[in-house]
Amino acid sequence: MSQPMYAIPGSVAANVPVEAVADPTVAPVARTVADVLAQSQVEAVMDELDHDLVGLAPVKQRIRDIAALLVIDKLRLNQGLAAQTPSLHMSFTGNPGTGKTTVALRMAEILHRLGYVRKGHLVAVTRDDLVGQYIGHTAPKTKEVLKKAMGGVLFIDEAYYLYRPENERDYGQEAIEILLQVMENQRDDLVVILAGYKDRMDTFFKSNPGMSSRIAHHLDFPDYSHDELLQIGDRMLGTMNYRFGTGARDAFGEYLTRRLEQPHFANARSVRNALDRMRLRQASRLFEARDRELTREDLTTIETPDIRASRVFGASP
Amino acid sequence: MMTNPAGRITQGQFSFLPDLTDAEITLQIEYGLNRGYAWSVEYTDDPHPRNTYWELFGMPMFDLKDAAGVLMELQNCRKTFPNHYIRLIAFDSTRGVESIGMSFIVNRPKVEPGFQLERQESVSRTLRYTTRGYAANAPEGERYGN
Ligand SMILES: Nc1ncnc2c1ncn2[C@@H]1O[C@H](COP(=O)(O)OP(=O)(O)O)[C@@H](O)[C@H]1O
Ligand SMILES: [Mg+2]
Repeated sequence: MSQPMYAIPGSVAANVPVEAVADPTVAPVARTVADVLAQSQVEAVMDELDHDLVGLAPVKQRIRDIAALLVIDKLRLNQGLAAQTPSLHMSFTGNPGTGKTTVALRMAEILHRLGYVRKGHLVAVTRDDLVGQYIGHTAPKTKEVLKKAMGGVLFIDEAYYLYRPENERDYGQEAIEILLQVMENQRDDLVVILAGYKDRMDTFFKSNPGMSSRIAHHLDFPDYSHDELLQIGDRMLGTMNYRFGTGARDAFGEYLTRRLEQPHFANARSVRNALDRMRLRQASRLFEARDRELTREDLTTIETPDIRASRVFGASP
Repeated sequence: MMTNPAGRITQGQFSFLPDLTDAEITLQIEYGLNRGYAWSVEYTDDPHPRNTYWELFGMPMFDLKDAAGVLMELQNCRKTFPNHYIRLIAFDSTRGVESIGMSFIVNRPKVEPGFQLERQESVSRTLRYTTRGYAANAPEGERYGN
Protein backbone atom coordinates (compact mmCIF):
# COMPACT_ATOMS: atom_id res chain seq x y z
CA MET A 1 0.00 0.00 0.00
CA SER A 2 1.23 3.49 -0.67
CA GLN A 3 2.28 5.51 2.32
CA PRO A 4 -0.02 8.45 3.04
CA MET A 5 1.68 11.82 3.05
CA TYR A 6 -0.03 13.05 6.16
CA ALA A 7 -0.56 11.40 9.49
CA ILE A 8 -3.76 9.45 9.69
CA PRO A 9 -5.30 9.49 13.14
CA GLY A 10 -4.77 6.14 14.78
CA SER A 11 -2.00 5.09 12.41
CA VAL A 12 0.73 5.89 14.93
CA ALA A 13 1.37 3.09 17.32
CA ALA A 14 -0.06 4.09 20.65
CA ASN A 15 2.74 4.05 23.18
CA VAL A 16 0.58 5.01 26.08
CA PRO A 17 0.58 2.07 28.48
CA VAL A 18 -2.94 0.90 29.07
CA GLU A 19 -3.56 0.12 32.71
CA ALA A 20 -4.87 -3.36 33.24
CA VAL A 21 -8.18 -2.77 34.90
CA ALA A 22 -9.86 -5.81 36.41
CA ASP A 23 -13.22 -6.12 34.71
CA PRO A 24 -15.71 -7.38 37.28
CA THR A 25 -18.00 -8.80 34.59
CA VAL A 26 -15.36 -11.23 33.32
CA ALA A 27 -15.36 -14.51 35.19
CA PRO A 28 -12.10 -15.50 36.86
CA VAL A 29 -9.94 -17.99 35.03
CA ALA A 30 -11.32 -21.47 35.58
CA ARG A 31 -9.02 -23.81 37.51
CA THR A 32 -11.36 -26.66 38.41
CA VAL A 33 -13.69 -28.87 36.44
CA ALA A 34 -16.54 -27.38 38.44
CA ASP A 35 -15.49 -23.87 37.35
CA VAL A 36 -15.60 -24.81 33.69
CA LEU A 37 -18.91 -26.61 34.07
CA ALA A 38 -20.43 -23.70 35.93
CA GLN A 39 -19.13 -21.05 33.53
CA SER A 40 -20.12 -22.92 30.40
CA GLN A 41 -23.43 -24.24 31.74
CA VAL A 42 -22.71 -27.29 29.66
CA GLU A 43 -23.99 -29.66 32.29
CA ALA A 44 -27.55 -28.42 31.81
CA VAL A 45 -27.43 -29.51 28.17
CA MET A 46 -25.98 -32.89 29.05
CA ASP A 47 -28.60 -33.48 31.71
CA GLU A 48 -31.31 -32.49 29.26
CA LEU A 49 -29.89 -34.98 26.80
CA ASP A 50 -30.04 -37.66 29.49
CA HIS A 51 -33.64 -36.88 30.36
CA ASP A 52 -35.13 -36.13 26.98
CA LEU A 53 -33.73 -39.07 25.08
CA VAL A 54 -34.75 -42.59 25.93
CA GLY A 55 -32.02 -45.25 25.93
CA LEU A 56 -28.88 -44.52 23.87
CA ALA A 57 -26.67 -45.33 26.87
CA PRO A 58 -23.46 -45.86 24.85
CA VAL A 59 -24.00 -42.62 22.93
CA LYS A 60 -24.63 -40.64 26.09
CA GLN A 61 -21.50 -42.10 27.66
CA ARG A 62 -19.40 -41.15 24.63
CA ILE A 63 -20.75 -37.60 24.74
CA ARG A 64 -19.81 -37.35 28.41
CA ASP A 65 -16.32 -38.59 27.53
CA ILE A 66 -15.95 -36.03 24.78
CA ALA A 67 -17.22 -33.26 27.04
CA ALA A 68 -14.73 -34.34 29.72
CA LEU A 69 -11.91 -34.14 27.20
CA LEU A 70 -12.96 -30.65 26.18
CA VAL A 71 -13.33 -29.44 29.75
CA ILE A 72 -9.86 -30.71 30.67
CA ASP A 73 -8.55 -29.12 27.50
CA LYS A 74 -9.95 -25.78 28.65
CA LEU A 75 -8.19 -26.16 32.01
CA ARG A 76 -4.93 -27.03 30.27
CA LEU A 77 -5.31 -23.95 28.13
CA ASN A 78 -5.89 -21.81 31.21
CA GLN A 79 -2.62 -23.14 32.64
CA GLY A 80 -0.85 -22.13 29.47
CA LEU A 81 -0.35 -25.68 28.30
CA ALA A 82 -0.43 -25.30 24.56
CA ALA A 83 -2.32 -27.86 22.58
CA GLN A 84 -3.74 -27.88 19.10
CA THR A 85 -7.48 -27.38 18.88
CA PRO A 86 -8.69 -30.94 19.27
CA SER A 87 -10.20 -32.42 16.14
CA LEU A 88 -13.91 -32.65 16.79
CA HIS A 89 -15.24 -34.02 13.53
CA MET A 90 -17.45 -37.02 14.19
CA SER A 91 -19.33 -39.80 12.55
CA PHE A 92 -22.78 -40.87 13.78
CA THR A 93 -23.70 -44.30 12.53
CA GLY A 94 -26.91 -46.18 13.03
CA ASN A 95 -30.17 -47.15 11.41
CA PRO A 96 -32.79 -44.56 10.51
CA GLY A 97 -34.69 -43.05 13.42
CA THR A 98 -32.11 -43.89 16.06
CA GLY A 99 -31.69 -40.24 17.03
CA LYS A 100 -28.62 -39.18 15.05
CA THR A 101 -30.02 -35.83 13.92
CA THR A 102 -31.52 -35.16 17.33
CA VAL A 103 -28.23 -35.85 19.11
CA ALA A 104 -26.29 -33.78 16.57
CA LEU A 105 -28.40 -30.76 17.53
CA ARG A 106 -27.55 -31.28 21.19
CA MET A 107 -23.91 -31.83 20.31
CA ALA A 108 -23.83 -28.46 18.56
CA GLU A 109 -25.17 -26.86 21.72
CA ILE A 110 -22.60 -28.62 23.92
CA LEU A 111 -19.73 -27.57 21.66
CA HIS A 112 -21.07 -24.05 21.66
CA ARG A 113 -21.30 -23.82 25.43
CA LEU A 114 -17.75 -25.06 25.78
CA GLY A 115 -16.60 -22.53 23.23
CA TYR A 116 -15.52 -24.95 20.50
CA VAL A 117 -17.92 -23.47 17.95
CA ARG A 118 -18.78 -19.79 18.03
CA LYS A 119 -22.49 -19.87 17.14
CA GLY A 120 -23.74 -23.40 17.79
CA HIS A 121 -26.21 -23.79 14.93
CA LEU A 122 -26.60 -26.97 12.90
CA VAL A 123 -26.75 -27.04 9.11
CA ALA A 124 -28.07 -30.41 7.91
CA VAL A 125 -27.37 -31.36 4.29
CA THR A 126 -27.29 -34.35 1.96
CA ARG A 127 -25.37 -35.05 -1.23
CA ASP A 128 -27.70 -32.92 -3.36
CA ASP A 129 -26.87 -29.81 -1.37
CA LEU A 130 -23.14 -30.26 -1.94
CA VAL A 131 -22.68 -31.83 -5.34
CA GLY A 132 -23.50 -30.06 -8.60
CA GLN A 133 -24.82 -31.24 -11.93
CA TYR A 134 -22.08 -30.06 -14.25
CA ILE A 135 -18.44 -29.04 -14.31
CA GLY A 136 -17.83 -25.99 -12.13
CA HIS A 137 -21.10 -26.35 -10.25
CA THR A 138 -19.87 -28.36 -7.28
CA ALA A 139 -17.24 -26.08 -5.76
CA PRO A 140 -19.54 -23.05 -5.35
CA LYS A 141 -22.33 -25.27 -4.00
CA THR A 142 -20.12 -26.94 -1.43
CA LYS A 143 -18.55 -23.64 -0.43
CA GLU A 144 -21.92 -22.01 -0.01
CA VAL A 145 -22.97 -24.73 2.41
CA LEU A 146 -19.65 -24.49 4.25
CA LYS A 147 -20.04 -20.74 4.63
CA LYS A 148 -23.49 -21.17 6.14
CA ALA A 149 -22.21 -23.80 8.54
CA MET A 150 -19.23 -21.78 9.78
CA GLY A 151 -19.44 -21.09 13.47
CA GLY A 152 -21.56 -24.20 13.93
CA VAL A 153 -21.92 -27.83 12.96
CA LEU A 154 -22.26 -29.20 9.44
CA PHE A 155 -24.30 -32.40 9.52
CA ILE A 156 -23.98 -34.49 6.36
CA ASP A 157 -26.67 -37.16 6.28
CA GLU A 158 -25.91 -40.33 4.31
CA ALA A 159 -22.42 -38.99 3.69
CA TYR A 160 -21.35 -42.09 1.74
CA TYR A 161 -23.41 -40.96 -1.25
CA LEU A 162 -20.70 -38.35 -1.81
CA TYR A 163 -18.46 -41.14 -3.01
CA ARG A 164 -19.60 -43.01 -6.12
CA PRO A 165 -16.73 -45.25 -7.20
CA GLU A 166 -18.77 -46.71 -10.07
CA ASN A 167 -18.66 -43.35 -11.83
CA GLU A 168 -15.10 -42.09 -12.04
CA ARG A 169 -16.20 -38.65 -13.17
CA ASP A 170 -18.65 -38.19 -10.34
CA TYR A 171 -18.51 -34.69 -8.86
CA GLY A 172 -18.86 -36.05 -5.33
CA GLN A 173 -15.10 -36.46 -5.13
CA GLU A 174 -14.68 -32.73 -5.67
CA ALA A 175 -17.02 -31.98 -2.77
CA ILE A 176 -15.09 -34.42 -0.56
CA GLU A 177 -11.82 -32.67 -1.36
CA ILE A 178 -13.17 -29.23 -0.51
CA LEU A 179 -14.64 -30.60 2.71
CA LEU A 180 -11.35 -32.21 3.69
CA GLN A 181 -9.47 -28.99 3.17
CA VAL A 182 -11.81 -27.00 5.39
CA MET A 183 -12.01 -29.77 7.99
CA GLU A 184 -8.25 -29.66 8.29
CA ASN A 185 -7.52 -25.93 8.00
CA GLN A 186 -10.55 -24.36 9.66
CA ARG A 187 -11.06 -26.51 12.71
CA ASP A 188 -11.87 -23.45 14.74
CA ASP A 189 -14.59 -22.44 12.33
CA LEU A 190 -16.70 -25.55 12.03
CA VAL A 191 -17.25 -29.12 13.12
CA VAL A 192 -18.40 -31.72 10.60
CA ILE A 193 -20.60 -34.67 11.56
CA LEU A 194 -21.09 -37.44 9.00
CA ALA A 195 -24.12 -39.65 9.51
CA GLY A 196 -25.53 -42.79 7.97
CA TYR A 197 -25.79 -46.57 8.10
CA LYS A 198 -22.87 -48.20 9.86
CA ASP A 199 -21.85 -50.69 7.17
CA ARG A 200 -21.97 -48.17 4.34
CA MET A 201 -20.05 -45.63 6.38
CA ASP A 202 -17.36 -48.23 7.09
CA THR A 203 -17.01 -48.87 3.36
CA PHE A 204 -16.92 -45.13 2.72
CA PHE A 205 -14.12 -44.64 5.25
CA LYS A 206 -12.16 -47.56 3.80
CA SER A 207 -12.15 -45.97 0.38
CA ASN A 208 -11.57 -42.46 1.73
CA PRO A 209 -8.70 -42.70 4.19
CA GLY A 210 -8.33 -38.92 4.13
CA MET A 211 -11.82 -38.52 5.51
CA SER A 212 -11.39 -41.38 7.95
CA SER A 213 -8.23 -39.91 9.45
CA ARG A 214 -9.92 -36.58 10.09
CA ILE A 215 -12.82 -38.05 12.05
CA ALA A 216 -11.88 -38.13 15.69
CA HIS A 217 -15.02 -39.61 17.23
CA HIS A 218 -17.15 -42.47 15.99
CA LEU A 219 -20.50 -42.81 17.74
CA ASP A 220 -22.64 -45.82 17.01
CA PHE A 221 -26.38 -45.53 17.62
CA PRO A 222 -27.98 -48.86 18.56
CA ASP A 223 -31.51 -49.83 17.55
CA TYR A 224 -34.07 -49.27 20.29
CA SER A 225 -35.54 -52.18 22.20
CA HIS A 226 -39.28 -52.78 22.26
CA ASP A 227 -39.44 -51.28 25.71
CA GLU A 228 -37.53 -48.16 24.73
CA LEU A 229 -39.76 -47.64 21.71
CA LEU A 230 -42.79 -47.81 23.96
CA GLN A 231 -41.27 -45.18 26.25
CA ILE A 232 -40.43 -43.00 23.26
CA GLY A 233 -44.07 -43.32 22.21
CA ASP A 234 -45.18 -42.19 25.68
CA ARG A 235 -43.00 -39.10 25.49
CA MET A 236 -44.07 -38.20 22.00
CA LEU A 237 -47.72 -38.50 22.92
CA GLY A 238 -47.11 -36.43 26.04
CA THR A 239 -45.49 -33.58 24.14
CA MET A 240 -48.36 -33.62 21.65
CA ASN A 241 -50.91 -33.46 24.49
CA TYR A 242 -52.37 -36.91 23.98
CA ARG A 243 -52.55 -39.97 26.19
CA PHE A 244 -53.40 -43.64 25.86
CA GLY A 245 -56.90 -44.72 26.98
CA THR A 246 -57.53 -47.92 28.90
CA GLY A 247 -55.75 -50.83 27.25
CA ALA A 248 -54.44 -48.62 24.48
CA ARG A 249 -50.85 -48.68 25.68
CA ASP A 250 -50.87 -52.49 25.65
CA ALA A 251 -52.32 -52.41 22.17
CA PHE A 252 -49.54 -50.07 21.11
CA GLY A 253 -46.99 -52.46 22.62
CA GLU A 254 -48.49 -55.23 20.56
CA TYR A 255 -48.46 -52.98 17.53
CA LEU A 256 -44.73 -52.40 18.03
CA THR A 257 -44.04 -56.12 18.38
CA ARG A 258 -45.69 -56.73 15.02
CA ARG A 259 -44.25 -53.67 13.34
CA LEU A 260 -40.70 -54.60 14.46
CA GLU A 261 -40.95 -57.78 12.41
CA GLN A 262 -41.87 -55.97 9.24
CA PRO A 263 -39.44 -54.48 6.76
CA HIS A 264 -38.47 -50.78 6.72
CA PHE A 265 -38.79 -50.33 10.44
CA ALA A 266 -37.22 -46.97 11.28
CA ASN A 267 -37.05 -46.98 15.08
CA ALA A 268 -38.27 -43.77 16.71
CA ARG A 269 -39.33 -42.32 13.38
CA SER A 270 -41.71 -45.24 12.81
CA VAL A 271 -43.09 -44.64 16.28
CA ARG A 272 -43.75 -41.02 15.38
CA ASN A 273 -45.40 -42.00 12.10
CA ALA A 274 -47.54 -44.62 13.80
CA LEU A 275 -48.70 -42.10 16.38
CA ASP A 276 -49.55 -39.63 13.63
CA ARG A 277 -51.75 -42.22 11.94
CA MET A 278 -53.42 -43.04 15.24
CA ARG A 279 -54.23 -39.38 15.75
CA LEU A 280 -55.76 -39.38 12.31
CA ARG A 281 -57.98 -42.33 13.19
CA GLN A 282 -58.92 -40.74 16.50
CA ALA A 283 -59.95 -37.60 14.65
CA SER A 284 -62.08 -39.57 12.17
CA ARG A 285 -63.72 -41.43 15.02
CA LEU A 286 -64.63 -38.21 16.81
CA PHE A 287 -65.75 -36.64 13.57
CA GLU A 288 -68.42 -39.31 13.14
CA ALA A 289 -70.39 -38.26 16.20
CA ARG A 290 -71.65 -34.94 14.90
CA ASP A 291 -73.80 -33.91 17.83
CA ARG A 292 -71.73 -35.19 20.70
CA GLU A 293 -70.15 -32.61 22.94
CA LEU A 294 -66.45 -33.43 22.99
CA THR A 295 -64.71 -33.12 26.33
CA ARG A 296 -61.06 -32.42 26.89
CA GLU A 297 -60.79 -36.09 27.79
CA ASP A 298 -62.25 -37.18 24.44
CA LEU A 299 -59.97 -34.89 22.50
CA THR A 300 -56.77 -36.08 24.16
CA THR A 301 -57.34 -39.82 24.34
CA ILE A 302 -56.10 -42.38 21.86
CA GLU A 303 -58.33 -45.43 22.27
CA THR A 304 -57.54 -49.07 21.57
CA PRO A 305 -59.56 -49.18 18.32
CA ASP A 306 -57.48 -46.28 16.94
CA ILE A 307 -54.48 -48.55 17.27
CA ARG A 308 -56.05 -51.88 16.36
CA ALA A 309 -57.25 -50.51 13.04
CA SER A 310 -53.63 -50.47 11.84
CA ARG A 311 -52.73 -52.68 8.91
CA VAL A 312 -50.18 -54.60 11.00
CA PHE A 313 -53.10 -56.22 12.80
CA GLY A 314 -54.72 -57.03 9.48
CA ALA A 315 -53.19 -60.45 8.94
CA SER A 316 -54.28 -61.79 12.32
CA PRO A 317 -57.81 -63.11 12.95
CA MET B 1 -0.28 16.27 -4.98
CA MET B 2 -3.54 17.94 -4.14
CA THR B 3 -5.73 15.47 -6.02
CA ASN B 4 -4.37 12.38 -4.32
CA PRO B 5 -2.99 13.51 -0.99
CA ALA B 6 -2.93 10.19 0.83
CA GLY B 7 -1.94 8.14 -2.17
CA ARG B 8 -5.07 6.11 -1.73
CA ILE B 9 -8.64 6.10 -2.83
CA THR B 10 -11.21 7.07 -0.24
CA GLN B 11 -14.55 5.40 -0.83
CA GLY B 12 -17.02 3.81 1.52
CA GLN B 13 -16.49 3.41 5.24
CA PHE B 14 -13.15 3.53 7.05
CA SER B 15 -11.24 4.64 3.95
CA PHE B 16 -9.50 7.50 5.78
CA LEU B 17 -8.19 4.99 8.32
CA PRO B 18 -5.25 2.67 7.87
CA ASP B 19 -6.25 -0.60 6.21
CA LEU B 20 -8.32 -2.77 8.52
CA THR B 21 -6.67 -5.95 9.71
CA ASP B 22 -8.50 -9.23 9.13
CA ALA B 23 -9.45 -9.25 12.80
CA GLU B 24 -11.01 -5.81 12.42
CA ILE B 25 -12.75 -6.84 9.21
CA THR B 26 -14.15 -9.86 11.06
CA LEU B 27 -15.62 -7.58 13.72
CA GLN B 28 -17.31 -5.43 11.08
CA ILE B 29 -18.73 -8.50 9.32
CA GLU B 30 -19.99 -9.80 12.63
CA TYR B 31 -21.66 -6.45 13.33
CA GLY B 32 -23.43 -6.58 9.97
CA LEU B 33 -24.52 -10.20 10.46
CA ASN B 34 -25.99 -9.27 13.82
CA ARG B 35 -28.06 -6.64 12.06
CA GLY B 36 -29.26 -9.23 9.56
CA TYR B 37 -27.29 -7.94 6.56
CA ALA B 38 -26.23 -10.20 3.70
CA TRP B 39 -22.58 -9.70 2.74
CA SER B 40 -21.09 -9.75 -0.74
CA VAL B 41 -17.54 -9.50 -2.03
CA GLU B 42 -16.98 -7.20 -5.01
CA TYR B 43 -13.86 -6.33 -7.00
CA THR B 44 -12.84 -3.95 -9.73
CA ASP B 45 -9.81 -2.37 -11.36
CA ASP B 46 -11.82 0.67 -12.33
CA PRO B 47 -12.43 2.50 -9.06
CA HIS B 48 -13.77 5.66 -10.70
CA PRO B 49 -16.18 7.27 -8.23
CA ARG B 50 -18.99 7.00 -10.79
CA ASN B 51 -18.41 3.27 -11.24
CA THR B 52 -21.06 2.22 -8.74
CA TYR B 53 -21.32 -1.38 -9.81
CA TRP B 54 -18.24 -3.46 -9.17
CA GLU B 55 -18.06 -7.12 -10.18
CA LEU B 56 -19.58 -9.59 -7.75
CA PHE B 57 -17.19 -12.28 -6.59
CA GLY B 58 -19.48 -15.28 -6.16
CA MET B 59 -23.01 -14.87 -4.94
CA PRO B 60 -24.29 -12.58 -2.20
CA MET B 61 -24.13 -14.53 1.04
CA PHE B 62 -27.49 -14.97 2.70
CA ASP B 63 -28.20 -16.99 5.86
CA LEU B 64 -24.67 -16.90 7.24
CA LYS B 65 -24.29 -17.09 11.00
CA ASP B 66 -20.60 -16.38 11.35
CA ALA B 67 -18.03 -14.04 9.86
CA ALA B 68 -15.64 -16.87 8.98
CA GLY B 69 -17.68 -17.69 5.88
CA VAL B 70 -17.44 -14.15 4.50
CA LEU B 71 -13.75 -13.99 5.34
CA MET B 72 -13.17 -17.26 3.50
CA GLU B 73 -14.75 -15.78 0.38
CA LEU B 74 -12.69 -12.61 0.78
CA GLN B 75 -9.47 -14.66 0.98
CA ASN B 76 -10.47 -16.48 -2.21
CA CYS B 77 -11.06 -13.16 -3.92
CA ARG B 78 -7.73 -11.77 -2.74
CA LYS B 79 -5.99 -14.87 -4.07
CA THR B 80 -7.68 -14.44 -7.45
CA PHE B 81 -7.32 -10.64 -7.69
CA PRO B 82 -4.39 -9.63 -5.50
CA ASN B 83 -3.96 -6.26 -7.23
CA HIS B 84 -7.58 -5.25 -7.63
CA TYR B 85 -9.73 -3.16 -5.41
CA ILE B 86 -11.94 -5.44 -3.31
CA ARG B 87 -14.77 -4.25 -1.11
CA LEU B 88 -17.28 -5.88 1.18
CA ILE B 89 -20.84 -4.65 0.92
CA ALA B 90 -23.70 -5.51 3.24
CA PHE B 91 -27.22 -5.61 1.88
CA ASP B 92 -29.97 -4.65 4.29
CA SER B 93 -33.11 -6.43 3.09
CA THR B 94 -35.40 -4.75 5.62
CA ARG B 95 -38.62 -3.72 3.91
CA GLY B 96 -38.40 -0.08 2.99
CA VAL B 97 -34.59 -0.07 3.15
CA GLU B 98 -33.59 -2.73 0.64
CA SER B 99 -30.26 -1.13 0.06
CA ILE B 100 -26.60 -1.24 1.00
CA GLY B 101 -26.07 -0.81 4.72
CA MET B 102 -22.28 -1.00 4.85
CA SER B 103 -19.48 -0.88 2.32
CA PHE B 104 -15.73 -0.73 2.75
CA ILE B 105 -12.56 -1.47 0.82
CA VAL B 106 -10.59 -4.50 2.01
CA ASN B 107 -7.91 -4.82 -0.67
CA ARG B 108 -6.01 -2.28 -2.76
CA PRO B 109 -3.39 -2.34 -5.48
CA LYS B 110 0.16 -1.71 -4.27
CA VAL B 111 0.31 1.64 -6.05
CA GLU B 112 -2.70 3.89 -6.42
CA PRO B 113 -1.89 6.66 -8.86
CA GLY B 114 -5.28 8.29 -8.40
CA PHE B 115 -7.24 10.46 -10.84
CA GLN B 116 -6.45 13.19 -13.26
CA LEU B 117 -8.70 16.21 -13.16
CA GLU B 118 -9.24 17.30 -16.74
CA ARG B 119 -10.43 20.83 -17.53
CA GLN B 120 -12.16 21.53 -20.78
CA GLU B 121 -12.58 25.16 -21.73
CA SER B 122 -15.90 25.83 -23.30
CA VAL B 123 -17.88 28.82 -24.50
CA SER B 124 -17.75 31.99 -22.44
CA ARG B 125 -14.90 30.80 -20.32
CA THR B 126 -17.08 27.95 -19.01
CA LEU B 127 -15.01 25.11 -17.57
CA ARG B 128 -16.13 21.49 -17.80
CA TYR B 129 -14.46 19.11 -15.45
CA THR B 130 -13.96 15.41 -15.76
CA THR B 131 -11.89 12.90 -13.81
CA ARG B 132 -10.00 10.05 -15.34
CA GLY B 133 -8.11 7.34 -13.49
CA TYR B 134 -4.44 7.35 -14.52
CA ALA B 135 -4.55 3.58 -14.49
CA ALA B 136 -7.72 3.42 -16.56
CA ASN B 137 -5.96 3.81 -19.90
CA ALA B 138 -4.65 0.26 -19.77
CA PRO B 139 -7.12 -2.47 -20.66
CA GLU B 140 -9.11 -4.20 -17.96
CA GLY B 141 -7.05 -6.65 -15.95
CA GLU B 142 -3.75 -4.89 -16.76
CA ARG B 143 -4.28 -1.67 -14.89
CA TYR B 144 -2.44 -2.23 -11.66
CA GLY B 145 0.05 -4.89 -12.69
CA ASN B 146 -0.21 -8.45 -11.64
N1 LIG C 1 -33.95 -41.61 22.26
C1 LIG C 1 -35.01 -40.90 21.82
N2 LIG C 1 -35.93 -40.45 22.67
C2 LIG C 1 -36.99 -39.76 22.23
N3 LIG C 1 -37.21 -39.44 20.94
C3 LIG C 1 -36.32 -39.85 20.03
C4 LIG C 1 -35.18 -40.59 20.41
N4 LIG C 1 -34.47 -40.87 19.31
C5 LIG C 1 -35.13 -40.33 18.29
N5 LIG C 1 -36.25 -39.71 18.69
C6 LIG C 1 -37.20 -39.03 17.83
O1 LIG C 1 -37.32 -39.78 16.65
C7 LIG C 1 -37.38 -38.99 15.49
C8 LIG C 1 -36.31 -39.37 14.51
O2 LIG C 1 -35.03 -39.12 15.07
P1 LIG C 1 -33.78 -38.60 14.21
O3 LIG C 1 -32.84 -37.93 15.13
O4 LIG C 1 -34.28 -37.82 13.05
O5 LIG C 1 -33.16 -39.97 13.72
P2 LIG C 1 -32.03 -40.22 12.62
O6 LIG C 1 -31.41 -38.90 12.30
O7 LIG C 1 -31.09 -41.18 13.28
O8 LIG C 1 -32.73 -40.84 11.45
C9 LIG C 1 -37.26 -37.56 15.99
O9 LIG C 1 -38.56 -37.04 15.99
C10 LIG C 1 -36.73 -37.68 17.42
O10 LIG C 1 -37.26 -36.67 18.23
MG1 LIG D 1 -31.65 -38.02 10.42
